Amino acid sequence: MSTDLLEEAARLRRGLPDDVGDRIVESLYTDATRLAETSVDRDGTASRLTVDRALDRVLTHRVWGFVAMGVLFFGVFWFTIAGAAVPSDLLYTLLVENGHAWLRDGAVALGVPAVVTGLLVDGVYLATAWVIAVMLPPMAIFFPLFTLLEDFGYLPRVAFNLDRLFARAGAHGKQSLTMMMGYGCNAAGVTATRIIDSRRERLIAIITNNFSICNGRWPTLILMGTIFVGAVVPPALAGVVAAGAVIAVVILGIGVTLAVSWALSRTVLRGESSVYSLELPPYRPPRILRTLWTSIIDRTFKVLRRAVVMAAPAGAVIWLVGNVHLGDASLAGHLVTALGPIGWVMGLNGIILLAYLVAVPANEIIIPTIVMLTLTLGAPAAGATPGVMLELGDDAQIGTVLVTTGGWTLLTAVNLMIFTLLHHPCSTTVLTIWHETRSVRWTAVATLLPLALGFVVCASVAGVVRLLT
Amino acid sequence: MATPLPTPGVGRAPTESTDTGGACASCALAPEATRLARLGLDPGRYSHVVALAGNPNTGKSTVFNALTGLRQHVGNWAGKTVARAEGGFSYGGVGYRIVDLPGTYSLLSASADEDVARDVLLFGRPDVTVVVVDATRLERNLPLVLQVRQITGRVVVALNLVDEARRHGITIDVRHLARELGVPVVATAARRGEGLPDLLAAIEQVATTDDPPAPLRLVHHDPELERAVATLADQVAARFPSLPNTRWVALRLLEGDPGIEAAVRDGSLGDQAAPTVEAAG
Amino acid sequence: MTLDELPRGDRAVVTSLDIRGGARRRLMDLGLLPGSAVHAEMTSPLGDPTAYEIRGALVVLRREQARAVHVEPEGR
Repeated sequence: MSTDLLEEAARLRRGLPDDVGDRIVESLYTDATRLAETSVDRDGTASRLTVDRALDRVLTHRVWGFVAMGVLFFGVFWFTIAGAAVPSDLLYTLLVENGHAWLRDGAVALGVPAVVTGLLVDGVYLATAWVIAVMLPPMAIFFPLFTLLEDFGYLPRVAFNLDRLFARAGAHGKQSLTMMMGYGCNAAGVTATRIIDSRRERLIAIITNNFSICNGRWPTLILMGTIFVGAVVPPALAGVVAAGAVIAVVILGIGVTLAVSWALSRTVLRGESSVYSLELPPYRPPRILRTLWTSIIDRTFKVLRRAVVMAAPAGAVIWLVGNVHLGDASLAGHLVTALGPIGWVMGLNGIILLAYLVAVPANEIIIPTIVMLTLTLGAPAAGATPGVMLELGDDAQIGTVLVTTGGWTLLTAVNLMIFTLLHHPCSTTVLTIWHETRSVRWTAVATLLPLALGFVVCASVAGVVRLLT
Repeated sequence: MATPLPTPGVGRAPTESTDTGGACASCALAPEATRLARLGLDPGRYSHVVALAGNPNTGKSTVFNALTGLRQHVGNWAGKTVARAEGGFSYGGVGYRIVDLPGTYSLLSASADEDVARDVLLFGRPDVTVVVVDATRLERNLPLVLQVRQITGRVVVALNLVDEARRHGITIDVRHLARELGVPVVATAARRGEGLPDLLAAIEQVATTDDPPAPLRLVHHDPELERAVATLADQVAARFPSLPNTRWVALRLLEGDPGIEAAVRDGSLGDQAAPTVEAAG
Repeated sequence: MTLDELPRGDRAVVTSLDIRGGARRRLMDLGLLPGSAVHAEMTSPLGDPTAYEIRGALVVLRREQARAVHVEPEGR
């Protein structure tokens, strides 16, 4: 019965011209046009507002367009870093210094066994509090700012300006935007790739998103730039050179994004460019207060959730690794020794690699973990407790510890900066990638490709430097 | 499409949202919300299913949020809402479940998004389909409205962004549009809360009426095609007597639409007529 | 003339679409049908793509897509 119907349809179809589908669609669109024409009255003027035209003339200008892009994004970064400083310090004092001390005292007073106190207070609580203190303020600034730009209608113009670069790399133009989101948080950048329709191009955007340096990694870069790179030049130039080093890594990241996109689109993710669809909406005055409110609340929830779900267990692991002993050394000691050779090849060391291993849930706690491990494994009398992350008074102190106790050189610091760019995504991002792709294979690629690149580049730099010296 | 196809009836809240129910009092709708309570995700207490369709970047999410209270952020950016969302609200003491379909330009272009939207409308049989339209882009948005109208008569058109239209000097003859389409057209500016009470009233009216308008019949300008459609439509009506949109199905069969062919083959097209509260799984 | 050849600032009317299937529908979704008026608004600073005003919207098309659209120019 049904087959009769289908056969009849096939028969009728054969009697019609090949492009019947197209004709049906055109007929529909013609009707839509007619209906719109009789219903809409434009008051005679050009449909694009003059102000929109003027704005576009500037923002997509050969010179001023890029200047505007540079200024706006530099502005967002600067505002984020500068604006987060005070709140971060406050939260740090409150949650990490005072909170930790208070909980510790409380636990001791209650007679809680040292192991439990260590694990829960020094491990779990400390890591969670650290992540909240360090991450919440920058995220609560970066994302609202980014969202305001988005609301305003500017972001599609950026995609428009940069499209050619991405087209040449075999990627989708909107990847420029997901890439930018990644500077706030890579998990958000990966989720944002939903705006790219074709799976192939979406995967490229997801895999390369990690080369955008998320908020959690900036402190590491800035610290290394300031302590080590800035230190090799006269103090007058130190600030500029340090900033230059950070910017150099960012630019390297963009280069790697394009290069890897290109490589992927020529090898495992080969295929057609999807039918491009980008619209430049009219500029709209953003509803500033409402956006700020919604965005800040949204981001706060996300950071808190991530801190509890990801950082807390990481804290437990860090503490355990430092306090569980196997034979004559702690787990940390053993792992550092085991990772030592690989670390050396990469121009890093075992401690750094261990830190990246245990702190995979949160890039923010890399440096405190490194400092703690350096002190507890290198100079046990230096007043640091195993498994308890710590921050030293100021950057100079950190520098001293790393150099004298840790044996760091400029090479170590530079390679750490490179490794900061080229290592596996944090666990939240990995989970998000899995969630968005539903593919174990591609999640594995996205996780391991940056790591492999990091290994190769760091080892090469180390090799070249050693050859020359 | 990298995200798994959401099956009609199985929804999940988009990951980028938080339900800040406590913020209700401060939002612009509060004074007019006397009959409107936000239930958030609560499939248990609803009597009607509303599907929310529309082109990308029409403010569809804003309408969704305004009705359900989810504080999702919406950006001025085409194509952002891809994942589907569900929510609920109550109006006049009656519970409504609302499904936010992916933003699509049409139901014909055979992308995953468009298949999802089409499947929900055709097989999910929502009690009301609200098509959100951008008043500054009416020409571009009408094709989708017309396609939806071809499938069902239980439609409300939300003519959104009228504040933007005003700013650009555009006026729309709402009565004329409503007459031509045969369904209620409500002017809204969802981000300011304008027009929402009227929208809710229209939704209620369409959901509860026993006599909805028939699906729209677009006569094709091509006589050959028109003849083929008419012939096939008669046969479709004979095979599936209770189907209200035979012409639309006939058109899809002539095009060779695989989804519709499968539905003919396994007879599920005939289930169309039975009214139901649940979206098909 | 094809759309990619339309000089910036000029207007034209679409005469035909030299492309089939899904890509054709996508262009129609964006408003490019025979008879539609288009205006070449601006080009990206890197040379490609170009933004065209079509039915009140600014739509961005890469050169290879614009090549498929045949137009009749109407001057400025």
